[in-house]
Amino acid sequence: MAKFRGSFSPYADTETCPTPALIKGQAVRSQLPESQITMALELRNVTKRVGAIEHIKDTSLVLEPGHFNVLLGATGSGKTSLIKLMAGLDPMASGQVLMEGEDISRLSTQKRNISLVHQFFINYPHMTVYENIASPLKVAGMAKSEIEDRVAEAAAILQLKPMLHRRPHELSGGQQQRCALARAIAKESRAVFLDEPLANLDYKLREELRDQLPELFAGRGAVVVYATSEPEEALLLGGRTALMRDGRVSQFGTTAKIYRDPGNLDAARVFSDPPINTATVTKEGTTARLGPDVQWQLDGAAAGLRDGSYSIAIRPYHVLPSASEKASVRLDGRVQVTELSGSESSAHFDLGLGGTAGGEAQANWVSLSAGVHPYKIGEMHDFYMDPSACYFFAPDGSRAA
Amino acid sequence: MKTENQKAWFFVLPVLVLVAFNALIPMMTVVNYSVQETFGDNVFFWQGLDWFEQILRSDRFHAALGRQFLFTFLILIIEVPLGIIIALSMPRKGFWVPVCLVTMALPMLIPWNVVGAMWNIFTLPDIGLLGYFLNHVLGISYDMTQNPLAAWVTIVTMDVWHWTSLVVLLAYAGLVSIPDAYYQAAKIDGASNWAVFRFIQLPKMKTVLTIAILLRFMDSFNIYTEPFVLTGGGPGNSTTLLSIDLVKIALGQFDLGPAAAMSLIYFAITLLVSWLFYTLMTKDDLN
Amino acid sequence: MAKITLSKLRHSYMPAPQSPSDYALKEIDLDWSDGGAYALLGPSGCGKSTLLNIISGLLVPSEGQILFDGKDVTGLPPDQRNIAQVFQFPVIYDTMTVYDNLAFPLRNRGRDEDTVRDRVMAIAEMLEVTGMLGQKAAGLSPDNKQKISMGRGLVREDVNVVMFDEPLTVIDPHLKWKLRSKLKELHQRVQATMIYVTHDQTEALTFADQVVVMQDGEVVQIGTPVELFERPAHTFVGHFIGSPGMNILPCSLQSGTALFGDQAIALEGPIPGQPEGKTEVGIRPEFVSLANSGLPATVTKVSDVGRHTVVECSANGTRINAIVEGAGPEKGAAVHLDFRRDQTRLYVEGWLASTPETAAETVR
Repeated sequence: MAKFRGSFSPYADTETCPTPALIKGQAVRSQLPESQITMALELRNVTKRVGAIEHIKDTSLVLEPGHFNVLLGATGSGKTSLIKLMAGLDPMASGQVLMEGEDISRLSTQKRNISLVHQFFINYPHMTVYENIASPLKVAGMAKSEIEDRVAEAAAILQLKPMLHRRPHELSGGQQQRCALARAIAKESRAVFLDEPLANLDYKLREELRDQLPELFAGRGAVVVYATSEPEEALLLGGRTALMRDGRVSQFGTTAKIYRDPGNLDAARVFSDPPINTATVTKEGTTARLGPDVQWQLDGAAAGLRDGSYSIAIRPYHVLPSASEKASVRLDGRVQVTELSGSESSAHFDLGLGGTAGGEAQANWVSLSAGVHPYKIGEMHDFYMDPSACYFFAPDGSRAA
Repeated sequence: MKTENQKAWFFVLPVLVLVAFNALIPMMTVVNYSVQETFGDNVFFWQGLDWFEQILRSDRFHAALGRQFLFTFLILIIEVPLGIIIALSMPRKGFWVPVCLVTMALPMLIPWNVVGAMWNIFTLPDIGLLGYFLNHVLGISYDMTQNPLAAWVTIVTMDVWHWTSLVVLLAYAGLVSIPDAYYQAAKIDGASNWAVFRFIQLPKMKTVLTIAILLRFMDSFNIYTEPFVLTGGGPGNSTTLLSIDLVKIALGQFDLGPAAAMSLIYFAITLLVSWLFYTLMTKDDLN
Repeated sequence: MAKITLSKLRHSYMPAPQSPSDYALKEIDLDWSDGGAYALLGPSGCGKSTLLNIISGLLVPSEGQILFDGKDVTGLPPDQRNIAQVFQFPVIYDTMTVYDNLAFPLRNRGRDEDTVRDRVMAIAEMLEVTGMLGQKAAGLSPDNKQKISMGRGLVREDVNVVMFDEPLTVIDPHLKWKLRSKLKELHQRVQATMIYVTHDQTEALTFADQVVVMQDGEVVQIGTPVELFERPAHTFVGHFIGSPGMNILPCSLQSGTALFGDQAIALEGPIPGQPEGKTEVGIRPEFVSLANSGLPATVTKVSDVGRHTVVECSANGTRINAIVEGAGPEKGAAVHLDFRRDQTRLYVEGWLASTPETAAETVR
């Protein structure tokens, strides 16, 4: 990497240019300005275009090592496109990618020292597991003894030792994906991109591997980027999450924090499974009105909003079939579908929002609660929502309270 | 775009040079010839578009073009359905798959002139296996050096033998890529074999069939070596296809100007028909 | 619609199976009543797809019978069984419109166009695809394609059973939810017998009235989602269902009391007979709470999953998960774990051995 620093580094002509040796030194790093001490992978105003369509719209992100960086969004939201840009597999229309402060925008994928684990289990079919894990090290021209050590270590972590001499087609799906992960770990690259690596595994296998993943990469100093379309997966992995929608990052921050504190309606929608319930309410003074029958008193930040119309969003497990101290606002809904998952019950119900020009408006809401609840399909049922769990959004989608 | 690696052009350069030598320079030479007249000694006279006019009006050209279209039409109408039928009847998995594939590939591995010579000997009335069998065992009068119909049957049969495999292999590749679930769903939906072919197999083979038809069109429309070796364009001019006629004019009569004009017209027709085929066959995909 | 009976069903992909391990499907006896929603749940290779193919007629079993309403259909091909199947990857006829796709199974059976139109319109309405009836099916999104494949299954009014083979595999999570509840809604409306095959516990439990859990070609337990959750018959079911799965603690038995290390664990009720072999205590994370007294443990990991917190602890080298509301303790903290007694089960050689207090009393 030092080879390219002279020509590509943004610090090339400045006094504070860190040498490669010093950038890793704690003492020196703390003296540098904030923006330059990062070991991170940084995107600066990156865009990608195919024809006239913008696949990635002006995106800036700083992805740091030490925790997972989750890209969460539905299929087609731009997660894979963004990973491809960072990996150098696709050209950017504009912007820069920086690794440890060094501009790598023009470097080819091979020279970026990265690993990529794909949704489909990609291994070299004609090589044994050992050769598969060793292949990037051989390409890098590493000494044989060191290759052996590294492969042994990676294989031990991923429990692949007994099958080092098998070929990929003799392995189960989970083992094949572990082999691909071992290759990424053995390579000790600066950045590891995991593009929905668990999507094609069985539910329980997924659970196990997801549990192990954060530990696998802990203390390795690599920037780990993990793309997923499942909100639950992001929560379980922790770290930081970037919510993606339509080629744009709508919010980036500590996973649990942005789950509890969505910055806009898009973010609340992306980060909720089952889907978040939404409706339009009218606020007057300290009263919020939902349809003709439902109203409640506001307190806290929501009470201080200007009077007018707002979108509210509330997660299904804050809408319960029985009243409690918190779940105090009664809603009447006609139950359409019920589901029972052993420990929880969910009910999909239509919530009447009163008459409009086009007839009776309805919102389709979901209630999710622990235990077993007998619902009758097609009949009216009382539900109770927790008003303190309601997010308020302005008509443009930005968070109001 | 600044992010792209400009080094890539360096690797494309040899191909560009090769294409220039192989295609562009000869092409320009032909264009050059087509508008001039020469009587040898490298002396040329400007002729304008006269050669083109003459060729387009000549009965000889019309006849050769007609024969060419007939030949290509017969080839396509026989080889494409036959290829699909053979591909459909081939096993999808098991021991016989490689056997079938290799057998199918064999005719295509034989050089064109050898194919022509092989069939020439094969059909000789007195010593050829087929010719002798037809004439002396079945008692059918068969001699392609005398009978134009026999000559046509022979060149078409030869081409079918030589190239149906290409359609078979492409169609087969399309067929094996259809997931089992489609066949199972069709069974459950109560679809007949014809419906399975019409609504599953044919649509899924469409892309490869488009390629197969295009390749077979271009190859058969430009065919030269095999019929030339087999019949030499005879008896009379009955199997003188466009390419054979072109070579006769260019190398037999050394009429370089008309030959050049004719080859340009020939090229334009090939291009136009290929384009038509392609547009018609991919029309649905655009929606 | 029909009642489905599987009688002494066995299947092997080998021509001459010798030992039980040669069978992909070991003896299965099942009765499924008319109009029920059933799920076959198990990991890859457990035999659930084999069983599905046998019911649909794509595979003929080595031994045993399949009966639809008491009539033996073992030898009948799929098209004569009047069944419908929805596959993992949406199967649609690319060149046809959505309408023609839906009409296809009816037209193949020679129904007149008026009947076809009525049925197609009714199904399209139910699936909310009326607006796309005139469109070419090839251009649809995966979830709409899957809806059309479902529609082709439901369009025939005489279908004995509709089978789903992991139908949500290629569907995006937020649409998965919608499609799953659509399916549930369809079942509640048309009352057809439906069988849903999946490795995903959430899909199985939310869809089915009764779930068949399979492992290694055998049925481990058949029960309602609540039964599977509350009283797993085998530790495999306990582990496989629930997220995280049931905590399994190795224990010893001393005069009817379960000892984990030297800590006595109160079980739900008495253990009938004299159990021999490996004994384990099973308790779901949902019923483990942090308390002032109880089993001492160390917190090894805390995951905030939004609606609750999963606290992973270690006691005597065994991992125990607890699900708690609100913020959990710090990693490394020493805690005490309390097990809800009526949810604490004993397993002997993997199988449920303890009985609930009340049930045991009535027996006496």
